[in-house]
Amino acid sequence: MAEPLLTVRNVSKHFGGLQAVDAATLFAEEGRITALIGPNGAGKTTLFAMISGFVRPDAGSVRYEGCDITGAPPHELARLGIARTFQIVQPFAGLTVRENIAVGAHMRHRGRNAALAAATAIAREMGLGDMLDQPAAALTVAGRKRLELARALATQPKLLLLDEVLAGLNPSEIRDVVPVIRAIQARGVSIMMIEHVMQAVMSLSEHVFVLAEGRIIAQGPPEGVSADPRVIEAYLGHGAAKLTAAGAA
Amino acid sequence: MRRLAMIVLVVAVLAAVPFTEASNAVLNFLVVALLIALAGQGWNVLGGYGGQYSFGHAAFFGTGAYVTAVLQVRYGVNAWLAFALGIAAGALVGAVIGALTFRSGLRGSYFALVTLAFAEVLRIVASVAPITGAGVGTLIKLDLRHEALQFQSRAVFYWAILGLVALSLVIAWAIEHSRFGAWLTAVRENEDAARALGVDATRVKLGAMTLSAAITAAAGCFYAQYFLFIDAGIAYGPWISVEALLTAIIGGAGTIFGPLFGALLVRLLGEAARLVTGDAPGLDLVIYGAALVLVVAFAPRGLMGIVADIRSAFRRPAPRPTAEAAGG
Ligand SMILES: Nc1ncnc2c1ncn2[C@@H]1O[C@H](COP(=O)(O)OP(=O)(O)O)[C@@H](O)[C@H]1O
Ligand SMILES: [Mg+2]
Repeated sequence: MAEPLLTVRNVSKHFGGLQAVDAATLFAEEGRITALIGPNGAGKTTLFAMISGFVRPDAGSVRYEGCDITGAPPHELARLGIARTFQIVQPFAGLTVRENIAVGAHMRHRGRNAALAAATAIAREMGLGDMLDQPAAALTVAGRKRLELARALATQPKLLLLDEVLAGLNPSEIRDVVPVIRAIQARGVSIMMIEHVMQAVMSLSEHVFVLAEGRIIAQGPPEGVSADPRVIEAYLGHGAAKLTAAGAA
Repeated sequence: MRRLAMIVLVVAVLAAVPFTEASNAVLNFLVVALLIALAGQGWNVLGGYGGQYSFGHAAFFGTGAYVTAVLQVRYGVNAWLAFALGIAAGALVGAVIGALTFRSGLRGSYFALVTLAFAEVLRIVASVAPITGAGVGTLIKLDLRHEALQFQSRAVFYWAILGLVALSLVIAWAIEHSRFGAWLTAVRENEDAARALGVDATRVKLGAMTLSAAITAAAGCFYAQYFLFIDAGIAYGPWISVEALLTAIIGGAGTIFGPLFGALLVRLLGEAARLVTGDAPGLDLVIYGAALVLVVAFAPRGLMGIVADIRSAFRRPAPRPTAEAAGG
């Protein structure tokens, strides 16, 4: 079998006395949507930060397209095709929607006009076509999430890391964004997504990793993982698996 | 393109001033205001577009001034060449300070304080080092020949500094229309987001600081050539750091014309106050402080922000507040 697009092996990171990520191993297959789930504080965002170069792992390695990229800076990884969105959205508040996306587009387009044209096209695809000349600060929460996606896409990534893009959206907004994510996959972009909305994880992803207290405790197809007692315990606390099993019986 | 036409228009209007009955006092006022505008445009490149607020642009101004003066006086270098080397030396100082600060990850107020410290160290060194004339300062010999970059007529000096200001306006315009500028403003708005989009933030800031330092150094070179005397307090003193950032902020940081209009306004206020109250020491600082407080409180985007608001009020019958746009 060919090596996956991304392989994270035994990666660890501690902050002071806190072991945020503890020898986690996971991978993302080319062309697939892989999900990373786990309770709050499990270390998911920290894991993404290590993959995208914002945080250097204490130990372990990250391989991408067959090369070791452990510890490479974010801008270099972005150029290699790894894009990320931020759980806490990070718009360029003082710039317009078009200018925001153009920053991403400039990675592949040197000229200002080419970058602005590419940004306009992506904004329309992402449903931001009416907001092009609005300052990013004027966007709603849903608009800002779309902007995060649009900016990342403008870099023409091969691997897109999505950190809770659905969080904070209402059910109808979630229904709008899920097809957008599927359309991105259909263009050939591989996706790894951190997500709490289980319904979206079930419908979008083919493989799920579960992180709890910094460790990968389970992995597999979404149906299997969501029924795994270890996973239920991690989410609901000790003894919860027995209780739900008893309840189901 | 409309902005470029505006630059041509503004420069043309200013260039016509010596053809009017303008007195030497008026020209002298304008030369100094343009010199401050040039220093301010340097600050604007880094602070306005890049969001890195320096409190120590005197380091570049002073280096430009000293290199221009010392090369001529002590080494007999041609004035034009000394002027160019002054700009290069200022840029080099900018690159070195930038490398030291940005590579060690200094941001915000830490960056501001460290730049201030560099400028102060240079001032103290210049006030004791024999090569700079130490406490006595350096006097450039009066030699009113074009080869010596000195001119009989004040108007020629005026056009020279106007030419440099015009160039700095075009540089600002180019920043607004280039990838480098897009990256620089992205770093200003959110450095982490910029890095995630492939922007090498350290390199972009370093480039901006070098360019910024070169522009402010040019103002220093011109100062030396115009006044023919500098000492440590003039060249590396905090006054120029303050005026450079003040004119840019009052005029509108991160805009093409902000430093120019800011410098004209600030200098005009200073002159007006001097006329009313006589030459009270420290009065200019009081005026600057008051102007800064007013701008920060009522017009955070400076003069150019006020201009933009007025223009958009005229363009549309009812200006749309952002809150409404967010809801819709
Ligand atoms: N920069 C940091 N400094 C200190 N602690 C951190 C830092 N980033 C995250 N943590 C801690 O590490 C743990 C994992 O955080 P995070 O990766 O954000 O979890 P998740 O995304 O799964 O909710 C949390 O306890 C969090 O408080
Ligand atoms: Mg998180």
